[in-house]
Amino acid sequence: MSHDHDHEHTEPPGELELRVKALESLLVEKGLVNPQTLNTIIETYEHRVGPRNGAQVVARAWSDDEFRTALLEDGAATVATLGFTGRQGEHLTVVENTPAVHNLVVCTLCSCYPWTLLGLPPVWYKSAPYRARAVSEPRSVLAEFGTRLADDTEIRVWDSTSEMRYLVLPMRPEGTAGWSLEDLQQLVTRNSMIGVEQIATPDQRAAERAP
Amino acid sequence: MSKPTPIANDLEEPVFTEPWQAQAFALALALQQEGLIAPGEWTEALAAAIKRAQAKGDPDLGDSYYEHWLCALEELVRLKEISDSEEMAQRVEAWRRSYLATPHGSPVELIADDS
Repeated sequence: MSHDHDHEHTEPPGELELRVKALESLLVEKGLVNPQTLNTIIETYEHRVGPRNGAQVVARAWSDDEFRTALLEDGAATVATLGFTGRQGEHLTVVENTPAVHNLVVCTLCSCYPWTLLGLPPVWYKSAPYRARAVSEPRSVLAEFGTRLADDTEIRVWDSTSEMRYLVLPMRPEGTAGWSLEDLQQLVTRNSMIGVEQIATPDQRAAERAP
Repeated sequence: MSKPTPIANDLEEPVFTEPWQAQAFALALALQQEGLIAPGEWTEALAAAIKRAQAKGDPDLGDSYYEHWLCALEELVRLKEISDSEEMAQRVEAWRRSYLATPHGSPVELIADDS
C-alpha cells in the first residue's frame, strides 16, 4: 500500500496527539473549556510573551534607581506598572546580582518559571539534571554555561514554586554608560535572567563576533 | 561519584516542538483560568507525573516534559471526576476511527461513537 496514492483515509496521528484530542473534545463538550480560550492561550505563549519582556524590566532597572528599588521590594507590583501581570497573581521576587552575590533560579520539583517575563522555560530548565545539579553543584552548572565566578562570590539558589517565581536582575555590563533603554534591552539574555549567565560587555561581544 | 549529566544549552528552540504540546499546555491553563484547578494542585500533579515517569526509567532530560504535562492533566481530570480512564480511552479510539474514515486532505471531525 502506498501512502502517496491512498486518499481513502487519513493516517491517524501519534498516541499522544490522540490523547490530547480526546481530552480536549471531552472538556469542550462538557462546557469546561472554550476552544477560543485555548487558541488565545497558545497565541499568547507562542508569540506575545518571551524574554523580551524581562529584558525591558532589567533595562529599566539599570536606568532608573527608583524603579530598581521598587522592583527589588515588590517585584509583581512593579512589573505590573509596565503591563506585565501574572496569570494568577503569583508573587515575583527579583534578586539582584552583585560582585559579591550571584543568583541562580531553578524549580526542583517541576518547572515553575516567571512566564510573564520570560515566556516558557527552555528544555534544559525542565530537565532532571538541571533541577538537581543547580542545587547540589551550582558552580559547575554555571561553568557549563561558560560562567566563571570569582571564588569568593556567593551563589544563592532560588527554588521556584507555584506561589513564588524569581527573576534575576543581572549586573549591568561595563561600557554601557549613557545607553538608551532600547540598546540596553538588546544586551539582556534569557539565560542571564535565569542566572546561568552573566551579561557580556560590549567589548566581549565584539570579540566573540570577531573571526 | 558518577559523572554528572551535562545540561544541554539550546538557545534557540521553538516554544512547542509539536502542536499537541501547545494544545495540552493550553488545556491546563484554561482549566486553571476557569478555577477548576488551583495553581498549587497543578504543580503538585505535574511534579508527581515527573516522579512517576522517572521511576519508570525516563531520563527526564526535558524533552519528555509535555508527556508529563499530559499525564498530569489526565490524572487531575480523573481525580476531579471530570472524566474517567474508560471515557478517555474510548474517545481516543473514536478519534482514531474518525481519521481512518476521513478522506486524505479533508478536515478530520470527530465521528460520534456508535454506541
